Amino acid sequence: MKKVYENATAALHDVRDGISLMSGGFGLCGNAENCIAELVRSGIRDLTVVSNNCGNAGKGLAALLQHRQVKKVIASFIGGNPDVQSQMLSGEIEVELNPQGTLAERIRAGGAGIGGFFTPTGVGTVVANGKEERIINGKRMILEAPLTADYAIIRARVGDPFGNLRFYKTARNFSPLMAMASRICVVEVEELVSLGDLGPDDIHLPGLYVQRLFVGKGYEDPIEKLTVRPREV
Amino acid sequence: MPRTREQMAQRAAQELKDGSIVNLGIGIPTLVANYVPPGIEVMFHSENGLLGMGPYPFEGDEDPQVINAGKETVTIAPGGSVFDSAASFAMIRGGHVDLAILGGMEVSATGDLANWMVPGERVNGMGGAMDLVSGARRVVVLMSHANKKGEPKLLATCGLPLTGLGCVDRIITDYATVDVTPLGFKLVDVAEGHTVEEVRALTGAPLL
Repeated sequence: MKKVYENATAALHDVRDGISLMSGGFGLCGNAENCIAELVRSGIRDLTVVSNNCGNAGKGLAALLQHRQVKKVIASFIGGNPDVQSQMLSGEIEVELNPQGTLAERIRAGGAGIGGFFTPTGVGTVVANGKEERIINGKRMILEAPLTADYAIIRARVGDPFGNLRFYKTARNFSPLMAMASRICVVEVEELVSLGDLGPDDIHLPGLYVQRLFVGKGYEDPIEKLTVRPREV
Repeated sequence: MPRTREQMAQRAAQELKDGSIVNLGIGIPTLVANYVPPGIEVMFHSENGLLGMGPYPFEGDEDPQVINAGKETVTIAPGGSVFDSAASFAMIRGGHVDLAILGGMEVSATGDLANWMVPGERVNGMGGAMDLVSGARRVVVLMSHANKKGEPKLLATCGLPLTGLGCVDRIITDYATVDVTPLGFKLVDVAEGHTVEEVRALTGAPLL
């Protein structure tokens, strides 16, 4: 049971054309930057990418789009992401937009072995097209399907050799759910500690969901919208 | 003069109830946090996984991994917590968020909301809007009363693709505050310097 790899190249050595890939992050926050760079370098194509935004402002997963490696995107919000928007308009890629909570729950369901769920989100909208509708507890709801993937690439603040993880603040977002829903979850951690250093109460994601991890390097962590207030004098 | 963006946000801030959980959308709704009335304590929820969103950081203190759903750098208030996206939307869908204030393109007299897509224009996606309007206990829409062409945005039925069905409770605009009732739109207040007749003329459905 060796989960710790040298780097992104080693951890992603077996990715192939046509795989489905979940990628953690909200916009450019909490992205697995080392893994994304490695996927670009690998040149694999025809990817189905599940990600809230699929990059933004030309950065993050947008690099995969710029290199024409993506076939389909499943996301909730692509505003501010000209690469997705233009390739969607030109018909180069297929884009499936999900309400954000539905996307998160579909991934959770995929990882938890749930065959689908009824939600009020999207009733009476285009999201409901072609989906079974029921009235549950007096409320109209639609059936949503679970979502799984071949690989997930996520980032965590701290990990141990079993793959137990702690995330950092709002960088957590979709990452633990994607770890659960993928066959092979590759994690880049900012810090790798010894087994036992992360106490049982301090683990956000138990290591059984993680297949591979390595220590990430050289984070850019771009800020999309810098909003500050002046220091009080 | 119609209400400015700040005045709209100020008016919307009067909707905040002490002890409530509030989600603010992108744009003018974000400004509401600047006008929390004295004596009122609320916890702001941000759907990317943060409850207890604080003010913008001081210059130089920004953390790229502490952002709100609008991807702005923010801080975490005392008592704040972070969680994953499924937990965040369980809070919304489960009715644990008391109030959502968000922008709008059209609202119908039955409370339908359209705010995510204009056919033929660049698609941005719905983000968390559909979950918020169907899950939050109360939904307040903050928008201009008319569009850039001067056409009403409060209508008998929405023409644009919907975000949610019968989900809007109150609309706060630059000209007025309007409730959605079983009988249709009902005028709550009119912006200073304007008349009921003016508001009626700008509204695309009967106004009680």
